[in-house]
Amino acid sequence: MTYALSVKNLKKTIGKKEIIKGVSFDVSPGEVFGFLGPNGAGKTTTIRMIVGLIKPSSGSILIGGKDLQSSFTEAMKDLGCIVENPELYPYLTGYENLEHFARMDPSISKERLPEVIKLVEMENRIHDKVRTYSLGMRQRLGIAQALLGNPKLLILDEPTNGLDPAGIREMREFIRFLAVKEKLAVLVSSHLLSEIQLMCDSVAILSKGKVVSVDSVQSLLARQERMIWHVSPHEKGKKLLQQVTSVEEHDHTLLTPYDETLVSAWNRMLIEHGVEIKEMKKRLPALEDLFLELTGGETID
Amino acid sequence: MTKLVHNELLKLFRKKKLFVALLIVAILVPMFTYAQYEQSKATISKTGNTDWRARLQQEIVDTTNRLGSSGIQGDYKKFLKIRLSQQQYYLDHNIDPKAPGAPTFMRIFLENAIDLLLPLLIMIVASDLVSSELSGGTIKLLLTRPVKRWKILLSKYIALLLSVSFIVTGTAILTYVLSGIVFGYSGWQLPMLTGFSTQGEELITQNVHLIPQWHYLFMELGLVWFVCLIVGTLTFMLSVLLRSTAAVMGIMLASLISGAILANMVSSWESAKYLFMVNLKLTSYISGMSPPIEGMSLGFSMSVLTIWAFVALVLSFIVFTKRDVY
Repeated sequence: MTYALSVKNLKKTIGKKEIIKGVSFDVSPGEVFGFLGPNGAGKTTTIRMIVGLIKPSSGSILIGGKDLQSSFTEAMKDLGCIVENPELYPYLTGYENLEHFARMDPSISKERLPEVIKLVEMENRIHDKVRTYSLGMRQRLGIAQALLGNPKLLILDEPTNGLDPAGIREMREFIRFLAVKEKLAVLVSSHLLSEIQLMCDSVAILSKGKVVSVDSVQSLLARQERMIWHVSPHEKGKKLLQQVTSVEEHDHTLLTPYDETLVSAWNRMLIEHGVEIKEMKKRLPALEDLFLELTGGETID
Repeated sequence: MTKLVHNELLKLFRKKKLFVALLIVAILVPMFTYAQYEQSKATISKTGNTDWRARLQQEIVDTTNRLGSSGIQGDYKKFLKIRLSQQQYYLDHNIDPKAPGAPTFMRIFLENAIDLLLPLLIMIVASDLVSSELSGGTIKLLLTRPVKRWKILLSKYIALLLSVSFIVTGTAILTYVLSGIVFGYSGWQLPMLTGFSTQGEELITQNVHLIPQWHYLFMELGLVWFVCLIVGTLTFMLSVLLRSTAAVMGIMLASLISGAILANMVSSWESAKYLFMVNLKLTSYISGMSPPIEGMSLGFSMSVLTIWAFVALVLSFIVFTKRDVY
């Protein structure tokens, strides 16, 4: 099986500064792949290299098995994208905008236009000028233009930026729909962890120009499950737990990794040594903690 | 490629750029027509008769008087001398240089508009051809299509070529039609003098010959088109290099105006003749006016302009295809 997108050891140097320090990852067809990182981690630069707006200093990008550098036209046929905001021509109507972009790719047939318009549910307003559209409608028109060429890979940079909660939810469902029903590979970048958690199958976490972790959302979250202990006497409990596992201290509670079988064993051990357990709970997994851990507490917003 | 050019023309059309350019001409031409009309009335009342020979003689007397007065500098004197011999030539050969009629108005208009007004109209179209895509962010959608970048830029340049041709033709038609209402539409066959060249202070009339005014006008229109194309290309380059349309406008405006100012003061600074902006008044070569700097000729000016435009075009394509878009 060829990957919809395969990025290998991508680097970008501006001046003497290496901005992207060797990014590699693969996206399979039908997969929603999250691209997560704090501002300035290099998400946008990487995405702009994948869509051909920025030339990489080294490394390779394969879209549907075709190299972006050596066969740009062929590779771009399989790609649809919105980079940051969908900036369309405000003085043209939605329909004219789509026609404009359809004319740039001879493989797009006339019948494709009404198809994508229907897909994004824009039939009512498509003949109005884009300058009269709301942000949500622009976003949908942006997706329509990205889908025009029947791409195998869809790249969305911050797709929910600036949308209201209903719009965010709609967008999320739409992205899942494209991946499941249309077998599209979708690469989504975001700095919103909850977004990625709800939308994506796999996620790459980017920090300071490097991929610090690539995994499925499920296993990443499983890695992050923790047990919170509130014990008395505190010090004794801590010493006992430290003998068997790693322990963190947080507000007079102890944090240990969570493992079904081991936790009950540790529990028994503490009781046998006369340590009173006042509270014991599993902490809900969140990408945020993992993220902070992986990026070394780099701030996000 | 035709589809790409279609796209560019659609955008130009929808932004109403071509319309604005022609609207400006349509507003200015009646103004100039009126001014021209008033002027000819004034000359008639000054000379006291409607005879153009008397008027031309009066002009020669005026020029001679100005030559005789003491406060005139060397350069201006040189110009007046050339002008005088030209006027004398018209009189000797029984040619009315200001014979009324729409074609004559058109000729005078083109001669005066070639170095500033028409380039400004071209700037309206060319200045935001690329920079508006950069500042509007639409460049990101444009460059992520399965089309090579040089093709996109070429389609824009072709759209510019077509717009330049459209504006020049439109201006010619508008001036002819609008001024004809007042001056009448005859005068195509009026004999015109051309083939003047200057050497130092001498007006070389050796190659001077008569051609009908329509022929003369077509030559001028060709030169106007050429100048507009050069200015368009330079503006196009700035539009590729700069994100802000206002900056493109500002730089072009400053250089065009500085050209008009420089033309009056650079006669001693010889190397200034390699600047594009002092070379724009190409029509003065065929009407027999002295060039701003000695040694400039039609061929020289056209070569200088071509080199400027060529360099600008190469630079535009290199920058556009290599640039990282953030």
